[in-house]
Amino acid sequence: MSHSTHPAAEFTASGFIPSGQIQLGVFFQGVNSGTVWKAAESGSQTDFESFRRIAQTAERGLFAAFFLGEGLRLREHLGRPHALDVAGRPDAQTALAALAAVTTKIGLVATQNTTYNDPADLAHRLSTLDLLSGGRAAWNIVTTDNAWTGANFRRGGYLDHADRYTHAEAFVETAKRIWDAWDDGAVAGSASAERWSAEGSVRRVRHTGRHYTVDVTPRLPRSAQYRPVLFQAGDSPEGRDFAARQADVIFSAHPQLDDALEFRRDIVERTLRAGRGAQDVKIMPASEFILAATPREALEKKAWVRSLQIGPQQAIAYLEQFWGRELQGYDPDGPLPDIDPVVEETSETRGSGFHGAKARQLADQWRAEATEKGLSIRQFVSAKTSRGDSTFTGSYTEVADRLSEYARTGAVDGFNISPWLIPSGLDDIVNHLVPELQERGVYPTEYAGSTLRENLGLATPARTGASVEVGIDSSSVTAQA
Amino acid sequence: MSSHPAQDGPREHGLLLLELDGAGSHPAAWRVSRTAPAAVLGPEHLRGAVLAAESAGFHAATFSDPGMPAPGHPDAAARLNALQRAAFAGPVTRSLALIPEVDTAYTEPFHISTQLASLDYVSGGRAGWLVAASSSAADAAAVGRDTVRGDRLSREAADSIEVSRRLWDSWEDNAVIRDVPTGRYLDVDKLHYIDVENGSYSVKGPSIIPRPPQGQLPVLAPAGLLTAEAVAAGAADALLVSAPTPGLLAAELAATRAGLAAGGDGPALIAELDVVLDSRGQPAAERLAGLNGHTPWQSPRAQFIGSAAGLTDLLTEVLAWAEGVRLHPAVLDTDLEELTRLVLPELRRRGVLAPTSPDATFRDQLGLARPASRYAAASSAPGAEN
Repeated sequence: MSHSTHPAAEFTASGFIPSGQIQLGVFFQGVNSGTVWKAAESGSQTDFESFRRIAQTAERGLFAAFFLGEGLRLREHLGRPHALDVAGRPDAQTALAALAAVTTKIGLVATQNTTYNDPADLAHRLSTLDLLSGGRAAWNIVTTDNAWTGANFRRGGYLDHADRYTHAEAFVETAKRIWDAWDDGAVAGSASAERWSAEGSVRRVRHTGRHYTVDVTPRLPRSAQYRPVLFQAGDSPEGRDFAARQADVIFSAHPQLDDALEFRRDIVERTLRAGRGAQDVKIMPASEFILAATPREALEKKAWVRSLQIGPQQAIAYLEQFWGRELQGYDPDGPLPDIDPVVEETSETRGSGFHGAKARQLADQWRAEATEKGLSIRQFVSAKTSRGDSTFTGSYTEVADRLSEYARTGAVDGFNISPWLIPSGLDDIVNHLVPELQERGVYPTEYAGSTLRENLGLATPARTGASVEVGIDSSSVTAQA
Repeated sequence: MSSHPAQDGPREHGLLLLELDGAGSHPAAWRVSRTAPAAVLGPEHLRGAVLAAESAGFHAATFSDPGMPAPGHPDAAARLNALQRAAFAGPVTRSLALIPEVDTAYTEPFHISTQLASLDYVSGGRAGWLVAASSSAADAAAVGRDTVRGDRLSREAADSIEVSRRLWDSWEDNAVIRDVPTGRYLDVDKLHYIDVENGSYSVKGPSIIPRPPQGQLPVLAPAGLLTAEAVAAGAADALLVSAPTPGLLAAELAATRAGLAAGGDGPALIAELDVVLDSRGQPAAERLAGLNGHTPWQSPRAQFIGSAAGLTDLLTEVLAWAEGVRLHPAVLDTDLEELTRLVLPELRRRGVLAPTSPDATFRDQLGLARPASRYAAASSAPGAEN
C-alpha cells in the first residue's frame, strides 16, 4: 500500500474530513513495566492523591479524557505474582467517581470487562458515574475469555475465545438499551408533579441469549451526554468491526504516522460498511512522550527512562515468561540463553501479552536476531519492550511539529498518553507541549463544552430501536406496565 | 469493642449515622423537598448533603441501594449506585465515615472487595460496608439468576464477607517494597492466594489492590441476617437493630446483646430510627400525615415523630444501650436542618456523642484496633515455609 502525500484528499472522497485538531488523553496504567518506580520522584500508585494530581494536571492542560485500566487477576510470573513492575490499582469506577468530585471538565474513562460483569449492574454503575460527573463518563470495553482470570469469579472461565465478540456485542447492545430506556424529560420538573417519572416513560429491557438473561426496569435516566461514551481497543479484524459498529473512540495501537493513516482508512471503511458516518469513530492511539527543552536532552532522558524501565532483573524475567523456566544464572549483559524453553506455548495472559506462540520457535528466532544485531539480553529486551513505535521523543517544538502533521492529515483524533512517571509525568506536557500545540492552532484553547461527548466532538447517538435482534440472541423492549 | 455500654448513663461514645438516600427516607419525600426531582441525581445535591451531614457533626453517612419501588408507582424514583455515591463523597469530606450498602446476593464478591478497598483509599480510611442481601425477584431477574432466599441468603452473605475479608488481607501491609537493588516492586512472599471454596464461591486471589488503609473495613449487617455462629466468628463489626417502636428499642438492644457470645469483643450495636421532626412551625405528625397521604411509609424501623427535644431525650436513652444510632430522616433537607440546629448540639452538650476528628478512620470511631493481616500471622509463625 503506497501512502498518498495528500491523505486528506483521499479521506474526503470517503466522506472523512480531517478536523485539523488533535486532543490528548491520559492513561494512568497502574500495572505495567512502562511506569518508572525506581526514580526518587516516583510517587504512590494507589493513594488517591496521585490520581487527583494527574487528573487535575490533565484538566489544566485541557485533556479530553482520564483513563483507567483494569485487570481482574494479578499478573503472575512462573506461578507466583509478578514482583518487578508496578501493580495494585483501585477499581476504575470507584476511583473515577471520587475524581468526578474534584474535576469539572475532563472525561472519566473506566476499562470494564464484559466477561465478569452483568450488563444490568455494569450499565447502572456507568450511568451513576455519568450522572455524578455531569455527563463525563466513558466505558472502555474489554473482553476476556480465560479460566485463569475466571478463577476469581463465580462463573469461572466459561467463554470460548471465538465467542468473545458475540458475547461482548450482546452485552453492549443490552447496555445501550438500558441507557435508552428513559424518555427525554421523563423525570418530573418539580415537586408538584403527579408522578416522579411520567407514566409509560420508562421501558423494561429484556434480553434472553446464550450468554445472558436480563430482565430489568432501568433505574436511571439519561445523562447530560445522553449515555456514556464507548471506547474499544481490539485490533483484530473482528475487534475493528466490533468497534466500527459499537464504539465512539478506538484506543488504537497505531501511533506511527503511516500506520495511523492506514488504520484510519481501514476504520473509515469499516464504519461506513456498518452504516455509520465517516467521522463517527474517533481514534486515539496509546503513546509515551519523553520531552525536554532540547533534542539532545530528550535523548539523554530517554536513555535514563529506559534503564529504569528495564533493569537487569526485568530483562531476565521477561525472557523467563517465554522460556517458562528460571534463567537467574544468565548474565543480563551476555547473550540470550542457549537452553530451550520448557513450555510448548508461551503463557497466554499471565503478563506476557503474547498469545500462544510456539515457544521453541520463538527462542530460536530471538537468538538469531540478537546474535545478528550483537545485542545482550538486556539490550534485546529493552528493544522488544521499548514501545519504540508509540514513543515521541524530542524537544517540545520538534514533537509539536510532528503532532501537527497528525492533525493536518487526520491520521488520529488524539493521543492517549501513558505517563512514565506518577504523579508528575504530565507536568512537562501540560506546561510546555500544550502551549506549542496551541500556538500551531492544532489543540483546543478551551473545553468545547461540559460533557465528554461535546469535548470529543461526538454527535448525540440515535435512540436504540424498540426491538433489536442481536445475532442468535433475542432481545425485546416493552413499555413498562 | 473494648467496652460495652453499661446502663448507667451517658458516655461520650455515641455515634450518629445519617442515611442520605434521595430526597429522604419517606417515599413521598420528593414531593416536599426543596431539591428538584432530577437534581437529586446530580453531583451538587450529593456534595451538599454530605457536607451538611459532616458539618452537623454526624459521624457517618450511609448510602442505601434500594431497588426501584414497584414499577409504575407514582413515587418510583431513580437511584444512583450507593458505592459510587460514597466514593464521590470521599474527597469532598474529611471526617465523615462513608458506608455504602452493597448487596451480596447478586454481586460478585471479588468486585465488592475491590470496590470497597478502593473506597477506603479515596476516603483515606473512612469506608465501611453495610451488607445487604437482596431477596428481591426483580434484582434476581436483572442478572438472570434465581431468587436467593432464606438460609441461603444468610449463608451467601457470610461467605461473601469471608471472601472480602480474606482479599483485604491478601496483601500484607508492607507488600509494596520498591527495593531498587533487587529490582522488586513487590515482595511476593507478602502476597497470598486466598483459595476460598466456601460453598457459595470459589475465589483464587490475591486481590488486585493493596491492603486498604484500615486493613479491614468495618462491616455492618442487619441483626438477623447473619447466623449467631457467623457473628461469633467475627463476620460483622456492627449489627443494625430495629424495633417496632422507639419505646421497644432499648429492650431489643438488650436482647440482641444478650444473644451475642459472651466476651468482650462482640459487635457494636447500632439502633435504627426513622425521624420526622416538628419543623418551621409545622408539627411532625402533620408533616407525616401529609406525606402518608401520598404514599404510606411502610418502614420496618421504629419511628420517632415529634419535637427535637423529644428526639434528643430518646437518643440520649438509646445511646446508653447502643454504640450508635442510624437516623433515617423522612425528608432530608427539612429534618436535617432541625437535627443540625437543635438535636446534635444538645447531644454534644450532654456529653453523649463521641468526638469527630478529621484524622480518625472509621475503625477508630468504632474503637477497633487496626488488625494485622491473617496471612502475616501465618507466615511469621515459627517453622512457616517461605
